[in-house]
Amino acid sequence: MVRFLSEYRDKDLAQGILKRIEKISKKPANFMEVCGTHTVAISKNGIRHALPENVQLISGPGCPVCVTANVDIDKMLAVLSLPDVIVTTFGDMMKVPGSYSSLSKERAKGADVRVVYSTLDAIEIAKNNPEKKVVFFGVGFETTTPTIAESIIEAKEKNIKNYSILGAHKVVPPAMKALLDLGEVDLHGFLCPGHVSMVIGSKPYEFIARDYHIPCVIAGFEPLDILESIYMLIKQVEDGRSEVEVQYKRAVKPDGNPVAVGVMNQVFEPADADWRGIGVIPGSGLKIRDEYADFDAARLFPDIEVPPTREHKGCRCGDVLRGLIFPYECALFGKVCTPTEPVGPCMVSSEGSCAAYYRYDERVKA
Amino acid sequence: MCLSVPGKVVEKKGLAADVDVGGTIRKISLKFVPEAKVGEYVLVHTGFAMQIVDEEEANEMMKLLKELTDGPVS
Repeated sequence: MVRFLSEYRDKDLAQGILKRIEKISKKPANFMEVCGTHTVAISKNGIRHALPENVQLISGPGCPVCVTANVDIDKMLAVLSLPDVIVTTFGDMMKVPGSYSSLSKERAKGADVRVVYSTLDAIEIAKNNPEKKVVFFGVGFETTTPTIAESIIEAKEKNIKNYSILGAHKVVPPAMKALLDLGEVDLHGFLCPGHVSMVIGSKPYEFIARDYHIPCVIAGFEPLDILESIYMLIKQVEDGRSEVEVQYKRAVKPDGNPVAVGVMNQVFEPADADWRGIGVIPGSGLKIRDEYADFDAARLFPDIEVPPTREHKGCRCGDVLRGLIFPYECALFGKVCTPTEPVGPCMVSSEGSCAAYYRYDERVKA
Repeated sequence: MCLSVPGKVVEKKGLAADVDVGGTIRKISLKFVPEAKVGEYVLVHTGFAMQIVDEEEANEMMKLLKELTDGPVS
Protein backbone atom coordinates (compact mmCIF):
# COMPACT_ATOMS: atom_id res chain seq x y z
CA MET A 1 0.00 0.00 0.00
CA VAL A 2 1.54 3.25 -1.10
CA ARG A 3 0.11 6.16 0.83
CA PHE A 4 -1.70 8.72 -1.36
CA LEU A 5 -1.83 6.31 -4.30
CA SER A 6 -3.46 2.99 -3.44
CA GLU A 7 -6.48 4.43 -1.68
CA TYR A 8 -7.47 6.28 -4.85
CA ARG A 9 -7.84 3.04 -6.77
CA ASP A 10 -10.80 1.60 -4.82
CA LYS A 11 -13.21 -0.20 -7.17
CA ASP A 12 -16.36 0.27 -5.09
CA LEU A 13 -15.79 3.99 -4.73
CA ALA A 14 -15.15 4.22 -8.49
CA GLN A 15 -18.45 2.45 -9.18
CA GLY A 16 -20.13 4.86 -6.80
CA ILE A 17 -18.87 7.89 -8.74
CA LEU A 18 -19.85 6.30 -12.06
CA LYS A 19 -23.38 5.78 -10.76
CA ARG A 20 -23.57 9.43 -9.75
CA ILE A 21 -22.30 10.41 -13.20
CA GLU A 22 -24.94 8.29 -14.95
CA LYS A 23 -27.61 9.76 -12.75
CA ILE A 24 -26.90 13.44 -13.50
CA SER A 25 -25.43 13.43 -16.99
CA LYS A 26 -27.97 14.40 -19.65
CA LYS A 27 -26.28 16.89 -21.97
CA PRO A 28 -23.59 16.07 -24.52
CA ALA A 29 -20.23 16.69 -22.90
CA ASN A 30 -16.87 16.72 -24.68
CA PHE A 31 -14.05 17.14 -22.19
CA MET A 32 -10.42 17.60 -23.14
CA GLU A 33 -7.62 16.39 -20.92
CA VAL A 34 -4.56 18.60 -21.37
CA CYS A 35 -2.02 16.36 -19.73
CA GLY A 36 -0.30 13.26 -21.05
CA THR A 37 -0.26 11.68 -17.60
CA HIS A 38 -4.06 12.02 -17.54
CA THR A 39 -4.32 10.52 -21.03
CA VAL A 40 -2.40 7.44 -19.91
CA ALA A 41 -4.31 7.10 -16.63
CA ILE A 42 -7.66 7.43 -18.42
CA SER A 43 -6.75 4.81 -21.02
CA LYS A 44 -5.07 2.45 -18.58
CA ASN A 45 -8.03 2.41 -16.23
CA GLY A 46 -10.61 2.00 -18.98
CA ILE A 47 -12.33 5.24 -18.04
CA ARG A 48 -13.18 6.16 -21.66
CA HIS A 49 -15.41 3.09 -21.93
CA ALA A 50 -16.96 3.36 -18.49
CA LEU A 51 -18.61 6.72 -19.12
CA PRO A 52 -22.12 7.27 -20.52
CA GLU A 53 -22.26 7.66 -24.31
CA ASN A 54 -22.92 11.39 -24.16
CA VAL A 55 -19.62 11.97 -22.34
CA GLN A 56 -16.56 11.96 -24.56
CA LEU A 57 -12.95 12.39 -23.45
CA ILE A 58 -10.66 13.99 -26.00
CA SER A 59 -6.88 14.09 -25.59
CA GLY A 60 -5.26 17.46 -26.18
CA PRO A 61 -1.73 18.85 -26.47
CA GLY A 62 -0.71 17.58 -23.05
CA CYS A 63 2.51 15.73 -23.71
CA PRO A 64 5.51 18.09 -23.78
CA VAL A 65 7.51 15.61 -25.82
CA CYS A 66 4.76 15.34 -28.43
CA VAL A 67 4.21 19.07 -28.86
CA THR A 68 7.92 19.77 -29.36
CA ALA A 69 8.20 20.96 -32.96
CA ASN A 70 10.50 19.15 -35.37
CA VAL A 71 12.57 22.30 -35.74
CA ASP A 72 13.50 22.24 -32.04
CA ILE A 73 14.58 18.60 -32.24
CA ASP A 74 16.52 19.39 -35.43
CA LYS A 75 18.32 22.22 -33.58
CA MET A 76 19.23 19.87 -30.75
CA LEU A 77 20.61 17.35 -33.22
CA ALA A 78 22.61 20.12 -34.91
CA VAL A 79 24.16 21.09 -31.56
CA LEU A 80 24.90 17.43 -30.90
CA SER A 81 26.89 17.25 -34.13
CA LEU A 82 29.32 19.94 -32.90
CA PRO A 83 32.68 18.83 -31.49
CA ASP A 84 33.11 18.29 -27.72
CA VAL A 85 29.41 18.39 -26.94
CA ILE A 86 27.59 16.11 -24.51
CA VAL A 87 23.82 16.31 -24.78
CA THR A 88 21.82 15.47 -21.67
CA THR A 89 18.07 15.00 -21.62
CA PHE A 90 15.16 13.27 -19.94
CA GLY A 91 14.57 9.76 -21.26
CA ASP A 92 11.28 10.74 -22.90
CA MET A 93 13.06 12.77 -25.58
CA MET A 94 15.46 10.10 -26.78
CA LYS A 95 13.39 8.38 -29.44
CA VAL A 96 11.37 11.36 -30.63
CA PRO A 97 12.12 11.82 -34.30
CA GLY A 98 13.05 15.21 -35.68
CA SER A 99 12.97 15.76 -39.44
CA TYR A 100 15.79 13.34 -40.16
CA SER A 101 16.96 11.58 -36.99
CA SER A 102 16.54 11.26 -33.24
CA LEU A 103 18.86 11.54 -30.24
CA SER A 104 18.63 7.80 -29.83
CA LYS A 105 19.69 7.12 -33.43
CA GLU A 106 22.59 9.58 -33.13
CA ARG A 107 23.73 7.93 -29.92
CA ALA A 108 23.74 4.56 -31.67
CA LYS A 109 26.11 6.15 -34.21
CA GLY A 110 28.46 7.24 -31.43
CA ALA A 111 27.24 10.68 -30.34
CA ASP A 112 27.50 11.42 -26.62
CA VAL A 113 23.90 11.63 -25.41
CA ARG A 114 23.14 10.91 -21.76
CA VAL A 115 19.78 10.37 -20.15
CA VAL A 116 19.42 11.98 -16.74
CA TYR A 117 16.78 11.67 -14.03
CA SER A 118 17.23 15.27 -12.88
CA THR A 119 18.84 18.47 -14.16
CA LEU A 120 21.11 18.24 -11.14
CA ASP A 121 22.58 15.07 -12.66
CA ALA A 122 23.32 17.07 -15.82
CA ILE A 123 25.21 19.61 -13.71
CA GLU A 124 27.29 16.78 -12.23
CA ILE A 125 28.15 15.61 -15.74
CA ALA A 126 29.29 19.16 -16.58
CA LYS A 127 31.41 19.30 -13.43
CA ASN A 128 33.04 15.97 -14.23
CA ASN A 129 33.73 16.84 -17.88
CA PRO A 130 35.23 20.34 -17.79
CA GLU A 131 36.71 19.97 -21.28
CA LYS A 132 33.26 19.30 -22.80
CA LYS A 133 30.23 21.49 -23.37
CA VAL A 134 27.26 19.90 -21.63
CA VAL A 135 23.94 20.93 -23.13
CA PHE A 136 20.63 19.96 -21.52
CA PHE A 137 17.66 19.68 -23.89
CA GLY A 138 15.06 21.55 -21.89
CA VAL A 139 11.60 20.33 -22.73
CA GLY A 140 8.61 20.48 -20.45
CA PHE A 141 5.71 22.41 -19.01
CA GLU A 142 5.52 24.42 -15.79
CA THR A 143 5.97 21.28 -13.68
CA THR A 144 9.47 20.73 -15.04
CA THR A 145 10.69 24.23 -15.90
CA PRO A 146 11.43 25.32 -12.30
CA THR A 147 13.86 22.39 -12.00
CA ILE A 148 15.60 23.49 -15.19
CA ALA A 149 15.72 27.09 -13.96
CA GLU A 150 17.21 25.89 -10.68
CA SER A 151 19.98 24.07 -12.54
CA ILE A 152 20.94 27.31 -14.29
CA ILE A 153 20.96 29.23 -11.01
CA GLU A 154 23.10 26.51 -9.45
CA ALA A 155 25.51 26.44 -12.41
CA LYS A 156 25.91 30.20 -12.13
CA GLU A 157 26.45 30.08 -8.35
CA LYS A 158 28.99 27.28 -8.62
CA ASN A 159 30.70 28.91 -11.59
CA ILE A 160 30.11 25.93 -13.89
CA LYS A 161 30.75 27.46 -17.28
CA ASN A 162 30.35 24.44 -19.54
CA TYR A 163 26.65 23.90 -18.82
CA SER A 164 23.82 25.27 -20.92
CA ILE A 165 20.18 24.70 -21.82
CA LEU A 166 18.68 24.38 -25.26
CA GLY A 167 15.17 25.28 -24.33
CA ALA A 168 11.84 24.41 -25.89
CA HIS A 169 9.82 25.15 -22.77
CA LYS A 170 6.12 25.70 -22.96
CA VAL A 171 3.34 26.93 -20.72
CA VAL A 172 -0.11 25.36 -20.81
CA PRO A 173 -2.85 28.01 -20.42
CA PRO A 174 -2.01 29.91 -23.67
CA ALA A 175 -2.26 26.63 -25.61
CA MET A 176 -5.73 26.02 -24.15
CA LYS A 177 -6.67 29.51 -25.27
CA ALA A 178 -5.26 28.86 -28.75
CA LEU A 179 -7.36 25.70 -29.09
CA LEU A 180 -10.50 27.57 -28.07
CA ASP A 181 -9.69 30.39 -30.49
CA LEU A 182 -9.23 27.89 -33.32
CA GLY A 183 -12.76 26.72 -32.53
CA GLU A 184 -12.30 23.39 -34.28
CA VAL A 185 -13.46 21.18 -31.43
CA ASP A 186 -16.80 21.44 -29.68
CA LEU A 187 -15.57 21.51 -26.09
CA HIS A 188 -17.64 21.60 -22.91
CA GLY A 189 -14.88 21.40 -20.35
CA PHE A 190 -11.21 21.03 -19.58
CA LEU A 191 -9.66 18.45 -17.30
CA CYS A 192 -6.77 20.69 -16.23
CA PRO A 193 -3.30 19.28 -15.57
CA GLY A 194 -2.79 18.53 -11.88
CA HIS A 195 0.96 18.78 -11.69
CA VAL A 196 1.28 21.87 -13.86
CA SER A 197 -1.30 23.39 -11.51
CA MET A 198 0.60 22.20 -8.44
CA VAL A 199 3.19 24.78 -9.58
CA ILE A 200 1.08 27.57 -11.16
CA GLY A 201 -2.08 27.20 -9.06
CA SER A 202 -5.67 27.50 -10.22
CA LYS A 203 -5.80 31.19 -11.08
CA PRO A 204 -4.18 31.04 -14.56
CA TYR A 205 -7.23 29.14 -15.88
CA GLU A 206 -9.79 31.65 -14.66
CA PHE A 207 -9.99 33.49 -18.00
CA ILE A 208 -11.14 30.25 -19.66
CA ALA A 209 -14.11 29.88 -17.33
CA ARG A 210 -14.87 33.61 -17.37
CA ASP A 211 -14.29 34.62 -21.00
CA TYR A 212 -14.96 31.36 -22.84
CA HIS A 213 -17.54 29.96 -20.41
CA ILE A 214 -15.78 26.62 -20.37
CA PRO A 215 -15.78 24.68 -17.07
CA CYS A 216 -12.32 23.74 -15.75
CA VAL A 217 -11.50 21.13 -13.11
CA ILE A 218 -7.95 20.57 -11.95
CA ALA A 219 -7.63 16.83 -11.60
CA GLY A 220 -5.41 14.38 -9.78
CA PHE A 221 -4.08 11.27 -11.48
CA GLU A 222 -5.54 8.23 -9.78
CA PRO A 223 -8.76 6.65 -11.08
CA LEU A 224 -10.91 8.12 -8.29
CA ASP A 225 -9.40 11.58 -8.86
CA ILE A 226 -10.19 11.47 -12.56
CA LEU A 227 -13.70 10.10 -12.13
CA GLU A 228 -14.51 12.65 -9.45
CA SER A 229 -13.16 15.43 -11.70
CA ILE A 230 -15.31 14.25 -14.59
CA TYR A 231 -18.29 14.23 -12.23
CA MET A 232 -17.47 17.83 -11.23
CA LEU A 233 -17.23 18.88 -14.89
CA ILE A 234 -20.55 17.20 -15.72
CA LYS A 235 -22.14 18.91 -12.73
CA GLN A 236 -20.97 22.29 -14.06
CA VAL A 237 -22.29 21.49 -17.54
CA GLU A 238 -25.66 20.36 -16.22
CA ASP A 239 -25.93 23.38 -13.89
CA GLY A 240 -24.92 25.76 -16.68
CA ARG A 241 -21.92 27.00 -14.68
CA SER A 242 -18.35 27.63 -15.77
CA GLU A 243 -15.84 27.87 -12.97
CA VAL A 244 -12.35 26.73 -12.13
CA GLU A 245 -12.67 24.00 -9.52
CA VAL A 246 -9.89 22.02 -7.89
CA GLN A 247 -10.44 18.32 -7.35
CA TYR A 248 -6.73 17.66 -6.64
CA LYS A 249 -6.75 19.72 -3.47
CA ARG A 250 -4.12 17.64 -1.71
CA ALA A 251 -1.55 19.03 -4.18
CA VAL A 252 -2.97 22.20 -5.72
CA LYS A 253 -3.31 25.53 -3.92
CA PRO A 254 -4.87 28.61 -5.56
CA ASP A 255 -1.40 30.19 -5.83
CA GLY A 256 0.40 26.95 -6.62
CA ASN A 257 3.97 26.90 -5.40
CA PRO A 258 5.17 30.53 -5.36
CA VAL A 259 8.78 29.48 -4.63
CA ALA A 260 8.93 27.34 -7.77
CA VAL A 261 7.20 30.01 -9.85
CA GLY A 262 9.68 32.57 -8.50
CA VAL A 263 12.66 30.46 -9.53
CA MET A 264 11.14 29.92 -12.97
CA ASN A 265 10.52 33.65 -13.44
CA GLN A 266 13.99 34.54 -12.20
CA VAL A 267 15.57 32.65 -15.11
CA PHE A 268 12.89 32.67 -17.81
CA GLU A 269 10.67 35.26 -19.43
CA PRO A 270 7.62 34.74 -21.67
CA ALA A 271 8.21 34.15 -25.38
CA ASP A 272 6.33 32.75 -28.34
CA ALA A 273 6.63 29.03 -28.93
CA ASP A 274 6.07 26.67 -31.83
CA TRP A 275 3.74 23.76 -30.98
CA ARG A 276 3.56 20.71 -33.16
CA GLY A 277 0.20 20.66 -34.88
CA ILE A 278 -0.83 24.10 -33.69
CA GLY A 279 2.01 26.36 -34.81
CA VAL A 280 3.36 29.43 -33.06
CA ILE A 281 1.27 30.47 -30.05
CA PRO A 282 2.01 33.92 -28.64
CA GLY A 283 3.30 33.91 -25.08
CA SER A 284 3.17 30.12 -24.80
CA GLY A 285 6.88 29.58 -24.35
CA LEU A 286 9.74 30.67 -22.14
CA LYS A 287 13.17 31.99 -23.03
CA ILE A 288 16.21 32.46 -20.86
CA ARG A 289 16.61 36.03 -19.57
CA ASP A 290 19.62 38.07 -20.72
CA GLU A 291 21.10 37.86 -17.23
CA TYR A 292 21.58 34.11 -17.78
CA ALA A 293 22.57 34.33 -21.48
CA ASP A 294 25.81 32.43 -20.78
CA PHE A 295 23.69 29.37 -20.06
CA ASP A 296 21.52 29.66 -23.18
CA ALA A 297 22.70 27.18 -25.82
CA ALA A 298 20.72 29.06 -28.48
CA ARG A 299 23.04 32.03 -27.89
CA LEU A 300 26.21 30.02 -27.28
CA PHE A 301 25.90 28.23 -30.62
CA PRO A 302 24.35 30.86 -32.88
CA ASP A 303 25.85 29.49 -36.08
CA ILE A 304 24.53 25.94 -36.01
CA GLU A 305 23.22 24.80 -39.35
CA VAL A 306 19.74 23.38 -39.08
CA PRO A 307 18.46 21.54 -42.16
CA PRO A 308 15.03 22.47 -43.54
CA THR A 309 12.25 21.01 -41.42
CA ARG A 310 10.38 18.07 -42.84
CA GLU A 311 7.15 16.52 -41.55
CA HIS A 312 6.56 12.78 -41.59
CA LYS A 313 4.40 11.75 -44.51
CA GLY A 314 0.91 10.71 -43.53
CA CYS A 315 1.50 11.36 -39.81
CA ARG A 316 -1.48 13.12 -38.24
CA CYS A 317 0.03 13.82 -34.82
CA GLY A 318 -0.85 17.48 -35.31
CA ASP A 319 -4.54 16.66 -35.71
CA VAL A 320 -4.40 14.30 -32.73
CA LEU A 321 -2.82 17.03 -30.57
CA ARG A 322 -5.52 19.51 -31.55
CA GLY A 323 -8.21 16.99 -30.60
CA LEU A 324 -9.50 16.88 -34.20
CA ILE A 325 -9.21 13.13 -34.58
CA PHE A 326 -8.85 10.17 -32.27
CA PRO A 327 -5.51 8.35 -32.68
CA TYR A 328 -7.14 5.35 -34.38
CA GLU A 329 -8.50 7.63 -37.09
CA CYS A 330 -4.97 8.18 -38.44
CA ALA A 331 -4.33 5.82 -41.36
CA LEU A 332 -0.87 4.98 -40.00
CA PHE A 333 -2.11 4.05 -36.50
CA GLY A 334 -1.33 0.47 -35.55
CA LYS A 335 -0.31 -0.36 -39.12
CA VAL A 336 2.93 1.40 -40.02
CA CYS A 337 3.04 3.38 -36.79
CA THR A 338 3.37 1.32 -33.59
CA PRO A 339 5.33 1.82 -30.36
CA THR A 340 8.13 -0.41 -31.64
CA GLU A 341 8.25 1.32 -35.06
CA PRO A 342 6.81 4.77 -34.34
CA VAL A 343 6.39 7.38 -37.06
CA GLY A 344 5.17 10.33 -35.01
CA PRO A 345 5.92 11.58 -31.50
CA CYS A 346 2.46 10.75 -30.15
CA MET A 347 3.31 7.07 -30.65
CA VAL A 348 6.91 7.44 -29.40
CA SER A 349 6.29 9.06 -26.07
CA SER A 350 4.90 6.81 -23.36
CA GLU A 351 2.51 9.66 -22.56
CA GLY A 352 1.56 10.29 -26.16
CA SER A 353 -2.11 9.86 -27.04
CA CYS A 354 -1.39 7.34 -29.80
CA ALA A 355 0.81 5.19 -27.54
CA ALA A 356 -1.82 5.26 -24.77
CA TYR A 357 -4.64 4.28 -27.15
CA TYR A 358 -2.49 1.60 -28.75
CA ARG A 359 -1.55 0.02 -25.44
CA TYR A 360 -4.81 0.22 -23.55
CA ASP A 361 -7.77 1.14 -25.72
CA GLU A 362 -7.82 -1.94 -27.91
CA ARG A 363 -11.59 -1.81 -28.21
CA VAL A 364 -11.77 1.62 -29.79
CA LYS A 365 -9.74 0.46 -32.79
CA ALA A 366 -12.58 -1.65 -34.22
CA MET B 1 6.33 13.85 -18.36
CA CYS B 2 4.80 15.88 -15.55
CA LEU B 3 4.52 12.71 -13.50
CA SER B 4 5.10 13.39 -9.81
CA VAL B 5 4.91 10.73 -7.16
CA PRO B 6 4.29 10.99 -3.43
CA GLY B 7 7.17 10.14 -1.13
CA LYS B 8 7.80 10.46 2.59
CA VAL B 9 10.59 12.70 3.86
CA VAL B 10 12.70 10.46 6.09
CA GLU B 11 15.71 12.69 6.62
CA LYS B 12 16.45 16.34 6.02
CA LYS B 13 19.74 18.24 5.94
CA GLY B 14 19.18 21.81 4.86
CA LEU B 15 17.51 21.59 1.48
CA ALA B 16 18.70 18.04 0.81
CA ALA B 17 16.37 15.25 1.85
CA ASP B 18 16.14 11.51 1.77
CA VAL B 19 12.68 10.70 0.52
CA ASP B 20 11.07 7.24 0.55
CA VAL B 21 9.41 6.91 -2.83
CA GLY B 22 7.57 3.60 -3.00
CA GLY B 23 10.19 1.88 -0.84
CA THR B 24 13.25 3.38 -2.53
CA ILE B 25 15.18 6.12 -0.76
CA ARG B 26 16.01 8.95 -3.14
CA LYS B 27 18.09 12.09 -2.68
CA ILE B 28 15.62 14.89 -3.30
CA SER B 29 16.02 18.67 -3.31
CA LEU B 30 13.65 20.63 -1.08
CA LYS B 31 14.51 23.89 -2.84
CA PHE B 32 10.84 24.50 -3.73
CA VAL B 33 9.34 23.31 -0.42
CA PRO B 34 11.94 24.32 2.19
CA GLU B 35 9.29 24.06 4.91
CA ALA B 36 8.75 20.30 4.37
CA LYS B 37 9.26 18.32 7.57
CA VAL B 38 10.45 14.80 8.26
CA GLY B 39 7.40 12.54 8.19
CA GLU B 40 5.52 14.66 5.68
CA TYR B 41 4.72 13.49 2.17
CA VAL B 42 5.96 15.49 -0.81
CA LEU B 43 5.29 15.16 -4.52
CA VAL B 44 8.56 14.33 -6.24
CA HIS B 45 9.31 15.33 -9.83
CA THR B 46 12.73 14.80 -11.45
CA GLY B 47 14.66 14.95 -8.21
CA PHE B 48 12.79 17.87 -6.69
CA ALA B 49 9.94 18.00 -4.19
CA MET B 50 7.39 20.27 -5.87
CA GLN B 51 4.66 20.40 -3.24
CA ILE B 52 3.79 19.07 0.20
CA VAL B 53 0.82 16.69 0.17
CA ASP B 54 -1.98 18.22 2.19
CA GLU B 55 -3.11 15.31 4.38
CA GLU B 56 -6.16 17.15 5.65
CA GLU B 57 -7.45 17.73 2.12
CA ALA B 58 -6.65 14.14 1.21
CA ASN B 59 -8.61 12.77 4.17
CA GLU B 60 -11.48 15.15 3.49
CA MET B 61 -11.79 13.93 -0.10
CA MET B 62 -11.83 10.27 0.95
CA LYS B 63 -14.42 10.99 3.61
CA LEU B 64 -16.65 12.78 1.12
CA LEU B 65 -16.29 10.03 -1.48
CA LYS B 66 -17.19 7.35 1.04
CA GLU B 67 -20.21 9.28 2.25
CA LEU B 68 -21.43 9.86 -1.29
CA THR B 69 -20.92 6.23 -2.28
CA ASP B 70 -22.64 4.80 0.78
CA GLY B 71 -25.49 7.27 0.70
CA PRO B 72 -28.34 7.55 -1.78
CA VAL B 73 -27.35 8.50 -5.34
CA SER B 74 -28.47 12.04 -5.88
